Amino acid sequence: MKINLSHFEAALLFALFASVVLGIVTKKTDRERIQYGAKCFGYFILALFAIGWAMKLGHG
Amino acid sequence: MAADIKTAVPTLDESKQAFPPVQVWALPVLAAWVIPGGGHFLLGKRGRGILILLSVALMFFFGLGMGGAMFKPETGDLLTTLINYGGFVGDLATGALYVVATMLGYDQPDMAGHVHDYGTKFLVTAGLLNILAMVDAFEIAAKRKS
Repeated sequence: MKINLSHFEAALLFALFASVVLGIVTKKTDRERIQYGAKCFGYFILALFAIGWAMKLGHG
Repeated sequence: MAADIKTAVPTLDESKQAFPPVQVWALPVLAAWVIPGGGHFLLGKRGRGILILLSVALMFFFGLGMGGAMFKPETGDLLTTLINYGGFVGDLATGALYVVATMLGYDQPDMAGHVHDYGTKFLVTAGLLNILAMVDAFEIAAKRKS
Protein backbone atom coordinates (compact mmCIF):
# COMPACT_ATOMS: atom_id res chain seq x y z
CA MET A 1 0.00 0.00 0.00
CA LYS A 2 1.46 3.32 -1.06
CA ILE A 3 0.59 6.40 1.01
CA ASN A 4 1.00 9.74 -0.68
CA LEU A 5 0.68 12.67 1.72
CA SER A 6 1.34 16.36 1.22
CA HIS A 7 3.93 18.17 3.37
CA PHE A 8 1.12 19.59 5.50
CA GLU A 9 -0.66 16.27 6.04
CA ALA A 10 2.59 14.47 6.93
CA ALA A 11 3.66 17.21 9.35
CA LEU A 12 0.18 17.22 10.92
CA LEU A 13 0.32 13.46 11.54
CA PHE A 14 3.87 13.73 12.87
CA ALA A 15 2.77 16.45 15.30
CA LEU A 16 -0.24 14.42 16.45
CA PHE A 17 1.66 11.18 17.20
CA ALA A 18 4.61 12.96 18.83
CA SER A 19 2.33 15.13 21.00
CA VAL A 20 0.37 12.13 22.29
CA VAL A 21 3.53 10.32 23.43
CA LEU A 22 5.17 13.47 24.82
CA GLY A 23 2.02 14.22 26.82
CA ILE A 24 1.91 10.68 28.24
CA VAL A 25 5.54 10.36 29.28
CA THR A 26 6.19 13.88 30.54
CA LYS A 27 3.47 14.64 33.06
CA LYS A 28 2.12 12.94 36.17
CA THR A 29 -1.67 13.41 36.10
CA ASP A 30 -4.12 12.81 33.26
CA ARG A 31 -5.20 16.46 33.27
CA GLU A 32 -1.58 17.64 32.95
CA ARG A 33 -0.96 15.05 30.21
CA ILE A 34 -3.89 16.28 28.10
CA GLN A 35 -2.90 19.93 28.61
CA TYR A 36 0.75 19.30 27.75
CA GLY A 37 -0.11 17.13 24.74
CA ALA A 38 -2.44 19.83 23.40
CA LYS A 39 0.20 22.49 24.04
CA CYS A 40 2.87 20.48 22.19
CA PHE A 41 0.50 19.96 19.25
CA GLY A 42 -0.25 23.69 19.16
CA TYR A 43 3.47 24.54 19.18
CA PHE A 44 4.12 22.03 16.39
CA ILE A 45 1.41 23.61 14.23
CA LEU A 46 2.60 27.12 15.06
CA ALA A 47 6.16 26.20 14.08
CA LEU A 48 4.85 24.49 10.93
CA PHE A 49 3.11 27.66 9.73
CA ALA A 50 5.91 29.98 10.89
CA ILE A 51 8.70 28.00 9.19
CA GLY A 52 6.52 27.44 6.12
CA TRP A 53 5.95 31.18 5.72
CA ALA A 54 9.63 31.92 6.47
CA MET A 55 10.67 29.56 3.67
CA LYS A 56 8.12 31.03 1.25
CA LEU A 57 9.22 34.60 2.01
CA GLY A 58 12.90 33.59 1.96
CA HIS A 59 12.54 32.19 -1.55
CA GLY A 60 11.09 35.48 -2.73
CA MET B 1 21.21 23.52 66.42
CA ALA B 2 24.00 21.73 64.59
CA ALA B 3 21.90 18.58 64.58
CA ASP B 4 18.96 20.49 63.03
CA ILE B 5 21.15 21.81 60.24
CA LYS B 6 22.59 18.35 59.66
CA THR B 7 19.13 16.77 59.22
CA ALA B 8 17.82 19.64 57.08
CA VAL B 9 20.63 19.53 54.53
CA PRO B 10 20.83 16.19 52.71
CA THR B 11 24.25 14.70 52.16
CA LEU B 12 25.45 13.97 48.64
CA ASP B 13 24.60 10.27 49.03
CA GLU B 14 21.10 10.99 50.32
CA SER B 15 20.33 13.44 47.53
CA LYS B 16 21.12 10.80 44.89
CA GLN B 17 18.21 8.51 44.10
CA ALA B 18 19.13 4.88 44.67
CA PHE B 19 19.11 2.95 41.39
CA PRO B 20 16.36 0.31 41.57
CA PRO B 21 17.25 -3.40 41.31
CA VAL B 22 17.31 -4.80 37.76
CA GLN B 23 14.57 -7.38 38.41
CA VAL B 24 12.12 -4.55 39.19
CA TRP B 25 12.39 -2.76 35.83
CA ALA B 26 14.00 -5.17 33.34
CA LEU B 27 10.81 -6.97 32.25
CA PRO B 28 8.64 -3.83 31.80
CA VAL B 29 11.43 -2.08 29.86
CA LEU B 30 12.01 -5.16 27.68
CA ALA B 31 8.24 -5.47 27.06
CA ALA B 32 8.12 -1.76 26.20
CA TRP B 33 10.85 -2.26 23.60
CA VAL B 34 9.40 -5.42 22.02
CA ILE B 35 5.81 -4.14 21.85
CA PRO B 36 5.33 -0.35 22.07
CA GLY B 37 3.20 0.30 25.17
CA GLY B 38 3.86 -3.26 26.41
CA GLY B 39 5.64 -2.03 29.53
CA HIS B 40 2.66 0.11 30.48
CA PHE B 41 0.29 -2.84 29.92
CA LEU B 42 2.48 -5.00 32.15
CA LEU B 43 2.39 -2.35 34.88
CA GLY B 44 -1.41 -2.04 34.67
CA LYS B 45 -1.47 1.30 32.83
CA ARG B 46 -3.72 0.15 29.99
CA GLY B 47 -4.97 3.52 28.78
CA ARG B 48 -1.48 4.92 28.39
CA GLY B 49 -0.30 1.63 26.88
CA ILE B 50 -3.01 1.73 24.19
CA LEU B 51 -2.22 5.35 23.29
CA ILE B 52 1.52 4.62 23.03
CA LEU B 53 0.87 1.48 20.97
CA LEU B 54 -1.43 3.37 18.59
CA SER B 55 0.89 6.36 18.23
CA VAL B 56 4.12 4.41 17.69
CA ALA B 57 2.61 1.66 15.53
CA LEU B 58 0.61 4.07 13.33
CA MET B 59 3.67 6.27 12.89
CA PHE B 60 5.71 3.21 11.89
CA PHE B 61 3.04 1.96 9.43
CA PHE B 62 2.69 5.41 7.89
CA GLY B 63 6.48 5.42 7.51
CA LEU B 64 6.34 2.06 5.72
CA GLY B 65 3.44 3.24 3.54
CA MET B 66 5.35 6.34 2.52
CA GLY B 67 8.29 4.17 1.47
CA GLY B 68 10.69 5.36 4.16
CA ALA B 69 14.20 3.93 4.16
CA MET B 70 15.55 1.82 7.03
CA PHE B 71 19.02 2.82 8.20
CA LYS B 72 21.83 0.28 8.20
CA PRO B 73 24.84 0.52 10.54
CA GLU B 74 27.30 1.62 7.87
CA THR B 75 30.43 3.63 8.40
CA GLY B 76 31.93 6.43 6.33
CA ASP B 77 32.95 9.92 7.34
CA LEU B 78 31.98 11.08 10.82
CA LEU B 79 28.63 12.59 9.81
CA THR B 80 27.64 9.57 7.69
CA THR B 81 28.54 7.18 10.53
CA LEU B 82 26.60 9.29 13.04
CA ILE B 83 23.50 9.48 10.84
CA ASN B 84 23.53 5.80 9.90
CA TYR B 85 24.16 4.47 13.42
CA GLY B 86 21.76 6.98 15.00
CA GLY B 87 19.07 6.14 12.45
CA PHE B 88 19.66 2.42 12.93
CA VAL B 89 19.22 2.73 16.71
CA GLY B 90 16.00 4.72 16.10
CA ASP B 91 14.67 2.07 13.70
CA LEU B 92 15.67 -0.77 16.03
CA ALA B 93 13.92 0.90 18.98
CA THR B 94 10.51 0.08 17.46
CA GLY B 95 11.19 -3.53 18.55
CA ALA B 96 9.00 -6.20 16.98
CA LEU B 97 7.71 -3.77 14.34
CA TYR B 98 11.23 -3.34 12.94
CA VAL B 99 12.13 -7.03 13.27
CA VAL B 100 8.94 -8.24 11.51
CA ALA B 101 9.15 -5.62 8.74
CA THR B 102 12.79 -6.57 8.07
CA MET B 103 12.04 -10.31 8.20
CA LEU B 104 9.19 -9.84 5.71
CA GLY B 105 11.71 -8.30 3.35
CA TYR B 106 11.05 -4.59 3.67
CA ASP B 107 14.15 -3.00 2.19
CA GLN B 108 13.27 0.34 0.67
CA PRO B 109 16.33 2.14 -0.72
CA ASP B 110 16.80 5.83 0.11
CA MET B 111 15.08 7.82 -2.65
CA ALA B 112 14.56 11.46 -3.48
CA GLY B 113 11.15 13.03 -2.82
CA HIS B 114 9.39 14.52 0.16
CA VAL B 115 7.09 11.54 0.75
CA HIS B 116 10.00 9.06 1.05
CA ASP B 117 11.87 11.54 3.20
CA TYR B 118 8.92 11.94 5.58
CA GLY B 119 8.58 8.14 5.63
CA THR B 120 12.20 7.74 6.78
CA LYS B 121 11.66 10.33 9.52
CA PHE B 122 8.42 8.65 10.61
CA LEU B 123 10.20 5.29 10.97
CA VAL B 124 13.04 6.73 13.07
CA THR B 125 10.78 8.97 15.17
CA ALA B 126 8.48 6.05 15.97
CA GLY B 127 11.55 4.38 17.53
CA LEU B 128 12.61 7.52 19.39
CA LEU B 129 9.11 7.91 20.83
CA ASN B 130 9.26 4.28 21.92
CA ILE B 131 12.53 5.00 23.75
CA LEU B 132 10.66 7.72 25.69
CA ALA B 133 7.94 5.16 26.46
CA MET B 134 10.62 2.71 27.68
CA VAL B 135 12.03 5.37 30.03
CA ASP B 136 8.49 6.07 31.29
CA ALA B 137 7.95 2.34 31.92
CA PHE B 138 11.24 2.28 33.86
CA GLU B 139 10.15 5.21 36.03
CA ILE B 140 6.76 3.64 36.76
CA ALA B 141 8.37 0.28 37.59
CA ALA B 142 10.89 2.04 39.87
CA LYS B 143 7.98 3.86 41.61
CA ARG B 144 9.38 7.24 40.63
CA LYS B 145 6.01 8.14 39.07
CA SER B 146 2.52 6.66 39.06
